[in-house]
Amino acid sequence: MLNFLGLLFDGLAYGTLLFLISVGLSVTLGLMGFVNLAHGVFAMLGGYLLVTLMGRLGFGFLTALPLIFVAVALISLVLERSLYRPFYKKTHLEQVLLTVGIIFVATAGATYFWGPGQQPIEIPVWMKGQLNLAGVDLSRYRLFLMAVGTAITLLLVFGLERTRFGARVRASVERQRTAESMGIHVERVFQITFALGSGLAGLGGALGVDVLGLDPYFPLKYLVYFLLIVVVGGPGSVIGTLSAALLLGVADTAGKYYIPSTGAFVIYVAMIVLLLLFPQGLLGRRKEI
Amino acid sequence: MNIRTESVRAPGYLATLAARERWGRSEIAFWLVLVAVYFLLPNNLMFASQILITGLFALSLDLILGYAGIVTLGHAAFFGLGAYTAGLLTKTGYTEPASGLMVAGLVAGAFGYLSSYLVLRGRDLSRLMITLGIGLLLYEVANRATDITGGVDGLQGIAVGKVFGLFAFDLYGKTAYLYVLVVSFLLFVMVRSLMTAPYGLSLRSIRENQQRAVAIGIPIRARLTNIYTLSAVIAGIAGALLTQTTQFVAIDVFAFQRSADLLIVLLIGGTATLYGGFVGAAVFLLAQDWLSSINAEYWLFWLGLLLIITTRYLRTGVMGGLKSLQRLAARAKPGEES
Amino acid sequence: MSAVLRTQDLCKSFGGLKVTQNVNLSLEVGARHALIGPNGAGKTTLINQLTGVLRPSSGSIWLDGEDISKMPPYERVRRGLARTFQINSLFPNLSPLEAVTGAICERQRDHLSVFERRFFRLTHRRAEIDEAYELLERLNLAKDCMRETRELAYGKQRLLEMALALAVKPKVLLLDEPAAGVPEGESDELLAVLAELPKDISILLIEHDMSLVFRFADRITVLVSGTQLVSGTPAEIAEDPRVQEVYLGKHHG
Repeated sequence: MLNFLGLLFDGLAYGTLLFLISVGLSVTLGLMGFVNLAHGVFAMLGGYLLVTLMGRLGFGFLTALPLIFVAVALISLVLERSLYRPFYKKTHLEQVLLTVGIIFVATAGATYFWGPGQQPIEIPVWMKGQLNLAGVDLSRYRLFLMAVGTAITLLLVFGLERTRFGARVRASVERQRTAESMGIHVERVFQITFALGSGLAGLGGALGVDVLGLDPYFPLKYLVYFLLIVVVGGPGSVIGTLSAALLLGVADTAGKYYIPSTGAFVIYVAMIVLLLLFPQGLLGRRKEI
Repeated sequence: MNIRTESVRAPGYLATLAARERWGRSEIAFWLVLVAVYFLLPNNLMFASQILITGLFALSLDLILGYAGIVTLGHAAFFGLGAYTAGLLTKTGYTEPASGLMVAGLVAGAFGYLSSYLVLRGRDLSRLMITLGIGLLLYEVANRATDITGGVDGLQGIAVGKVFGLFAFDLYGKTAYLYVLVVSFLLFVMVRSLMTAPYGLSLRSIRENQQRAVAIGIPIRARLTNIYTLSAVIAGIAGALLTQTTQFVAIDVFAFQRSADLLIVLLIGGTATLYGGFVGAAVFLLAQDWLSSINAEYWLFWLGLLLIITTRYLRTGVMGGLKSLQRLAARAKPGEES
Repeated sequence: MSAVLRTQDLCKSFGGLKVTQNVNLSLEVGARHALIGPNGAGKTTLINQLTGVLRPSSGSIWLDGEDISKMPPYERVRRGLARTFQINSLFPNLSPLEAVTGAICERQRDHLSVFERRFFRLTHRRAEIDEAYELLERLNLAKDCMRETRELAYGKQRLLEMALALAVKPKVLLLDEPAAGVPEGESDELLAVLAELPKDISILLIEHDMSLVFRFADRITVLVSGTQLVSGTPAEIAEDPRVQEVYLGKHHG
C-alpha cells in the first residue's frame, strides 16, 4: 500500500512534467490547428539551457528557471515569425514535414554543441533526498516539481478564466471566425500563447532533466507522449491536458514498476485503449484536427 | 447497354483522357533506363537495388498519402514487418524468395488491415499519434524479442534460395537487381492501373473533399481501409526485398527515422505522381551517400535543413518541377504539346 | 402510402437542447416540398439527420418504404437520397466531367466487376462518360466540363452542385439553399434548371428566398424552434396567421 502511494506520487510528479511541456502544444493546436511536432525541441532547449547555465556559468537552480522560461519564449517567438507563420494555412502534411525538419536540425545542433550523451545535472542539496510524510518517503525534488506544477496550473486556469487575454484565447479556440469578427487579433493571440507555451515547455524540460533525462533525441523520444496527451486531453483544454498527463504519468510509472519486462509497452497500450474508450477525448469535446 | 457503342459526345475528352492514361514516352524511357543500369553500372547494382526498394516503399506511401490524403509517421511498421517476415521465413527452412515476398506482403497487409481500424477512426492529429505509436511499438517488440529477432544486433544468417528454384543470388547483386526490378515493375503496373481506373478517381475524390465524396455515394471508410491495406502489402514486399537482397535484417527497419526519411523521399520526388517515389529515392540516397561521405555526423542536420527548405519553397517536388518545365517548353513552342 | 420520404417523430437533442422535436415530414412522389423557417429553426439539423451525418435521438426515417434511420450516409445515397450543399462542396481540382463520371461510376458499382472498377481505365467507361456529358449539357455546363472546378464561375459551381446530386439518380433530392450567394445575373439560369428537374424526382427545398419558395413549391412546411408549426399549400401558408406572426410578420413589422 505504502509502495503504491509512493508510486502514485512518482507518477503524478512525472505527469506534472509532461503537463508542463504539453500544455503549450495543446493550446496552440486548439488555437490554430497547427501541428507542431517540434514542440519538444523547446523542452530540450530548456534542459540544455539549464545544464549550461548551472554547469558552465555557475547560476543557481532557482535563478536559472525563470531565465530559461523567458529565453525559450523569446527564441520561440523568433521561430514563430520566421518559420511557422507561413504554414498556418497550409496542410497538416506540410506542417508535419516542416516541424520534423526542425526536430532534425535541433537534434543535430544539440549533438554539435553538447555531444550525443545524456546530460548530468546537479540539483541543489536542499532538494535532494526524501521527506517522510505519514510513513511514505517522498522525494523532495518531486515534491518541488508538483508544487511548481500546481502553481502553474492554477495560474493558467486563473489566467484563462479571469483575465481579458484568457477570454480572448478561449474565444479564439472555440470559434475562430467569430472571435475575428469581434475584433480579436487571433494571430497575435496565437503568437503570445505560442511564446508562453514554449516557455512553459522550456521550463518543463529544465525541471525534467533529472527525471526524463536529456539527450539530443529528446524531442523524438517523447513526441508520442506529447501527442497522446494532447489527443486524449483534447486540443485547447488545459484541464483535459492535465488529466491526460497525470493519467499517463501514473500509468507509465506503474507499468515500468510492476511489469518491468514489458513496461515500455504501457504507453502504447494506453494509447490504443484510450483511443477506443474515449474517441472524443477525455472530456468529450475534442476539436477535430 | 447499347449506349456503349455510341461515340463519346464530350468533344476531345476521350482523347485527352486516353493521352493521360496511355504509357507516355518518358515513362517507357524511365523503365528502359532502369534496365540499362544493369548493363551500364554493373558495379553499383547493390546500390541501385536499394534505390528501387526505397522507391517502391515510397510508392506504397504515395498511395495513402498522395492519393488518399492520409498522413502517417509510421509507415516503416509495414516495411519492417515484411522484412522480418521474409527473414524469419528462411529460418524455418523455406527459402524460395518469390513466395517469401507474398507471405511478407500478406503479413504486412493483415497488420495494415487491422491497424487501419485505429488509424482511420480519427483525424490528422490522432492519425499522426497512432501511426507513430504503432511504429514505435513494433520497434520495441523487435528490440525485446531478442530470441526471435536478434534484437539490436539484427537478424543474421539468412539464407535465401534461388528465385523459383532457378536463379541464384550472386555476390555482385546482378540477380538481386533484376529480381527487384521485375517485382517493382509488376507492382508499379498494378498501382498505375488502379489509379487510372474509377477506383483511383474515387480516391482522388475522397482526398479532395470527403463531405462531397460521401454525398455521391462513395463508402469512404471501406475504400480507405482498402487502400491502406494495399499500401501495407506493398510496403511489406519492399521490406522483404531488402531482407532477401541483403540477407540481413537490421532493427532500424522499424525506426522512426525510416518513416521520416520516406516522407522526405516522397516530398523530394513529388506526391501523387506515381514516379515521385522512385525519383525521390534516387535523389535522396545519392545525396545521403555523398553528404555522409563528406560529413557523416551531421547528415541529420542537412536532412532537416533540406526538409525545411523543400517544404517552404519547393512544394511540388522534382516531378512537379519537371511538369512545370514541360509546360514552359510547350508554351515556348505553341502547337507542339502532345 | 405513396410517400417516398417520410420521417416519423424525428427528434434530435444536443445535451439538453432539443434542436428538432417530433418532425413528421412526408414527401409524395414528384413532390416539390419546401421547408422554411427562421435561422436556428433546425433546418440544417434536419437535413443532417436525413442524410445520415447526424443520428436522430429518436424517431425514424423511411425512404421508399425502407427504414434508413441507421444506415451510413453513402448507403442512403445509393438508395436514392441525394443532396446539394448550401456552401459549395465540390472537388476543386477535378473537372466537372471527371467529378460527375466518378459519381456515375459509383452508382453503377454493382453493375461493374471488380476488374472493371479497379483495373480498367476510365476510357473504358464510355457509357458513364456519355451520361455525365449529357447531364452536364442539360445543366449548361457542357462548355466548361473539362476545366478544373475551381476555375469555374460561382454560378456554374452552383449548377455543378446540382449535377453531382443528379448523377446519383436520386428518388429524393434535398436542395439546401440552392440560390444562396448566386448573383442576380446568374440566378435565372439556376431557376430554369430547378423548374426543369425531372418530375419523378421528389424535392425537398430549403430556402430563405420566399419568392423562390412560393414559385417553386406545391407544399410548404414551416419549422420553428425545432417543431413543425404548420404544413400546407403555399396559399394556406401565406394566409396562416401563425406563420405571418413568427416568420413573415418580421417583414411586415
